[in-house]
Amino acid sequence: MPDAPSPASIDVRNERVRACIDRYWRRNLRTMAALLVVWAVVGPGCGVLFADSLNEIRVGGFRLGFWFAQQGSIATFVLLILIYAVVMNRLDRQHRAELDALREDRGPA
Amino acid sequence: MTVQSWTFVFVGLSFGLYLTIAWLSRVRDTRGFYVAGRGVPAAANGMATAADWMSAASFISMAGIISFLGYAGGVYLMGWTGGYVLLALLLAPYLRKFGHFTVPDFVGDRYESKVARAVAVACALFVSFTYVAGQMRGVGIVFSRFLEVDINVGVMIGMAIVFIYATLGGMKGITWTQVAQYWVLITAFLIPTIAISIKLTGQAMPQIGMGSPLLDGGVPLLDKLDQINADLGFARYTEAFVGKWDKLNVLCTTLALMVGTAGLPHVIVRFYTVKNVRAARWSGFWALLFISLLYLSAPATGAFARYFMIQSLHGKQAAELPTWFHNWERTGLIAWLDDGDGVVAYHGGARAAENEIFHRKSLGAQEFTTLRVEHQKWLGSSGAEGLDGRGRLRDLGFVGPDRDIIVLATPEMAELAAWIIALVAAGGLAAALSTASGLLLVISSSVAHDVYFRLLNPQASEARRLLVGRVVIGVAVVIAGLFGIFPPGFVSEVVAFAFGLAAASFFPALVLGIFSQRVGTVAATAGMVAGISFTAVYIVGARYFDMPLWCFGINPQGIGIVGMLLNFTVTVGLTPLCKPPSPAVQEMVERIREPEGAGPAVELEG
Repeated sequence: MPDAPSPASIDVRNERVRACIDRYWRRNLRTMAALLVVWAVVGPGCGVLFADSLNEIRVGGFRLGFWFAQQGSIATFVLLILIYAVVMNRLDRQHRAELDALREDRGPA
Repeated sequence: MTVQSWTFVFVGLSFGLYLTIAWLSRVRDTRGFYVAGRGVPAAANGMATAADWMSAASFISMAGIISFLGYAGGVYLMGWTGGYVLLALLLAPYLRKFGHFTVPDFVGDRYESKVARAVAVACALFVSFTYVAGQMRGVGIVFSRFLEVDINVGVMIGMAIVFIYATLGGMKGITWTQVAQYWVLITAFLIPTIAISIKLTGQAMPQIGMGSPLLDGGVPLLDKLDQINADLGFARYTEAFVGKWDKLNVLCTTLALMVGTAGLPHVIVRFYTVKNVRAARWSGFWALLFISLLYLSAPATGAFARYFMIQSLHGKQAAELPTWFHNWERTGLIAWLDDGDGVVAYHGGARAAENEIFHRKSLGAQEFTTLRVEHQKWLGSSGAEGLDGRGRLRDLGFVGPDRDIIVLATPEMAELAAWIIALVAAGGLAAALSTASGLLLVISSSVAHDVYFRLLNPQASEARRLLVGRVVIGVAVVIAGLFGIFPPGFVSEVVAFAFGLAAASFFPALVLGIFSQRVGTVAATAGMVAGISFTAVYIVGARYFDMPLWCFGINPQGIGIVGMLLNFTVTVGLTPLCKPPSPAVQEMVERIREPEGAGPAVELEG
């Protein structure tokens, strides 16, 4: 499989195409990093590291540290993946549009 | 109709449904057999992943574990859901883009090494067999508890069902069966939880009910539990970091379970079955959403059932004990050994010596009866003859009710109709069967695809590969069944090992394989070997050789995270000293990252 031909539709040696691909990858990494920070702060953070201090705070019938460990973190995880799917699939569409624009610039290959 | 006849009806109906689905989705090629033809819609794949993930243990035992651990139960809740964030963000889209059939496929191709592929196959087989043994046992246990058939007969019925639908339909059959199994298990779990929530707090949403005032007394449920626990000698229910669950161990175990989840092969392969990268991202979301329906409810079940259980047992006399107590006493999940005052007392922690509630666990029925007879003699003679059974059971650690009783008896505690109790049996079976079939497919693909086709006989024809795949899955079902009938004593302990191993081996290799073009064969293999050996030595040493927990007192369940860090450190440290991967592999990594243009994955398949 490693010797499968590079697809004809993308010319990776073209500088502007290269730049476009790199831009996409950097945005991807930024999105991912931001979401993983939230993951770490809410899950291992609020659910474990700060759980004893958060337990001093009460919201309704819950102690907050306990709530994060058994409810809040899970709900946050679901949201994080939802946001990731929406943002990344939009980024993909944008990336394709940029590549298409470059292709048209150069005229039919 | 009695519970038992309802159980026959539900189990019969659900098994009929699974077999019908299997017949409708039988396959003729390896693509269908290993990755369901890559045509599974994202939401359906999410349901299948959820059913695949939620095992007999999640369904039957988890709420019970939470119920007895209180705050620390969150370790499992966070660990087994937080891993999906890592999986969805770091692995799923890229592995789907890579195409192919299995996890060892990626490891072997990315690191251009037959050794790496073989190591990956060995890990995948170890993890899957460990897991599947527990599932087949789970099937047997559900059968024996609800239908009063022998555990071994139950295991064999389960084997027969899985055998038929896994060999006929492979991944395609398994996927669509899992979709059906998801609905059976989630319905069976949610109805009793909602019912007991309404009964105790008047709230239909158990997640809100958990924080609401009780109908009798007006004190919020969790506060009441805190107070009851304290009165009985236990740690307060919501109190963080009690006993061996100190902050470091809670953190390490949570993280090890998270990272282990993201490295488990039977979960990863599910992302190979969807149409494209977009669908892989969405199916990550659907999977966790469907999983969270159970994981957000289980803590509520745990809290409600604990309150209800204590209220209906502690301080009661023999005549006042509820029906569910007598029903489950027969199965040995709960037992009362009085101290002579005729009143039930349930205690723990500081007041453990006063406790009178136990369970039978691994003790044979015969042996347990003898123990009770001796205890009666001891009571009758005021200690002159016989033996105090409580001391014996305390020494064995069979203190308090068996944790499984929380889920199994909740419908009866909530006084639900007989058919709902029967539905729980069908749910437990669905949970066990769905996980078992997913694991069996990983075993089959590891052996038939990675070992037979990729390593031994690359010239094998399509028809032959499919045949080998079917034969292997058949043999794997039989082995798994034998594990279920003759359970090796170590199964429950090795599950921690499975997570630790997945965390310390696969996860770093996969993440670095995707996010670094520079990491090559030698560094990655050295990292994997370091991670696995460290984790294995620590777990085996601590479990079997009384090794002191020299690594900051971290328990074996949480050590996988240290193994993972070690793997990362070794790999990253060695990388500058080693040869970079070949240009072909570097190009492959680039293609995996690029969502556009690399052509449909179909063309890349080998």
